[in-house]
Amino acid sequence: MSDLSWIDQALSSVRPQVVAALMRYFRDLDTAEEAFQEACLKALRNWPQKGPPRDPAAWLIFVGRNAAIDDIRKRSRNQALPDEERLSDLEDAEPSMAERLDSADYRDDVLRLLFICCHPDLPATQQIALALRVVSGLTVPEIARAFLVSEAAMEQRITRAKRKVAAAGVAFETPSAADRVERIAAVAAMIYLLFNEGYSASGGDSHVREPLCDEAIRLGYLVLRMFPGEPELMGLVALMLFQHARAPARLDAEGQIVLLEDQDRSLWRARPIAEATALIEKAARHRHPGTYQLQAAIAYEHAGAKAAGETDWLAIDQYYQMLEILQPSPVVTLNRAVAVSKHAGPAEALAMVEPLAGPLAGYFQFHGVRGALLTKLGRAREARAAFEKAISIANTPAEAAHIRSHLDRLQADAPVDGPRRSA
Amino acid sequence: MLYALLCYNNEAAVCGLSKEEDDAMMDRVRAAEAKIVARSTFGPRLRLMPTTAATFVKAGQDPVVVDGPFAETKEQLLGFWIVDCASLEDAIEAGKHLAREREFGGIEVRPISAYLPPQEA
Repeated sequence: MSDLSWIDQALSSVRPQVVAALMRYFRDLDTAEEAFQEACLKALRNWPQKGPPRDPAAWLIFVGRNAAIDDIRKRSRNQALPDEERLSDLEDAEPSMAERLDSADYRDDVLRLLFICCHPDLPATQQIALALRVVSGLTVPEIARAFLVSEAAMEQRITRAKRKVAAAGVAFETPSAADRVERIAAVAAMIYLLFNEGYSASGGDSHVREPLCDEAIRLGYLVLRMFPGEPELMGLVALMLFQHARAPARLDAEGQIVLLEDQDRSLWRARPIAEATALIEKAARHRHPGTYQLQAAIAYEHAGAKAAGETDWLAIDQYYQMLEILQPSPVVTLNRAVAVSKHAGPAEALAMVEPLAGPLAGYFQFHGVRGALLTKLGRAREARAAFEKAISIANTPAEAAHIRSHLDRLQADAPVDGPRRSA
Repeated sequence: MLYALLCYNNEAAVCGLSKEEDDAMMDRVRAAEAKIVARSTFGPRLRLMPTTAATFVKAGQDPVVVDGPFAETKEQLLGFWIVDCASLEDAIEAGKHLAREREFGGIEVRPISAYLPPQEA
């Protein structure tokens, strides 16, 4: 490797740990970030000649902390710290630093850093943007591009978010076991939001937004490595891996959505599916199901079916029933209705769907599913009305186009269904 | 003599690679392997899933099963090569080919004392 990309990779892989430790020292996000930047600059100058340190994280924390202290002293017009030559000559200091890093509970540092980003006062988009900036280290232009907003708008959004979390204050003492569980849950939710931000991208913007999925998976692994015995974290990572594995088959050449049952399964990525399967099997041993595990189990059933026709819809129905108990929501019931329609028939499914008309009136998928069930029951006119409603509230052009194809098929299959309402 | 070339590296860094970066890394590994086969022969070569997927069965009459081997080590065993070499020198040479393609971690060269070939299916 002649280029220096290895340094970039090393820096970004230890960034969460280093920024989190610096955050604990300085109790200020901006100071921690600036200290990390300083340390990175020194690494770029030092590592190519001297080779990487044995423990890059410890090196960066040490150097970053000194640089920030130096900076603070300079600003307060005191004596400066030793010059850079001495600072960067860390060969002897390294082993003891590494020890200190191990004994310090860096897990709580990183968890705190992530938790700061999911402060309940922050709207979801700000939480995600802040985490991408602070924890993942994406640049503001990169984040702006992924969110399809201007750099200035994103800069403002992140600055505002930082101000809000600074004002809110975060406990720096070691969290209690109960606090830790709560923090993990909040962080998991934020990571999944980030994943969906990338996953819900439609054809035109999928190439810029898909990296959000990669980043969410990276963060998921980061938290799972810190808390490897948490079945819900295994479930979260498995769920994201399963879904992301299908990305190459989700959109056709024109950027139109390809439904799961129509996807070319040979395009699904084998490696993440294998990893996700290992994780979900491991999580199941804990016999402590949670919402991520159940959603991952559903994805596992899909991933395991060689063809759409071999899907075990009864198993999926059962997982949705458990989800309905853990997290009752009309959307979950709607999804269960789809599974029910596959193994029990459209009439039974429609009976489940109709009562959801109130809560899901503005939900695109509701009208799509209802239209599809009505089509199967031969109630073409009602189906058409449902599809038209769906199109009117579609979130993306790809969604609208997909429903339009249903309408076209409906028209081709059943041209005579009483007079059309509109000419 | 059979040797195991054990690949140790920081899992967080390797797992964090994008698909393109990972592919590039594997290309470099394949190129290193091509140099090794000039003098030695490979047995099984394998890459392990992340330690987050691992389960650890503790010794004992009623073995306790826990998640993963979670010693707070900086480097994890990520995979290995079995290679048949004429001498330790050759095995170290093979290890060097693989080591040149990375900046972190390393390759442990470990002689194998017993090798049972895979069962016929």
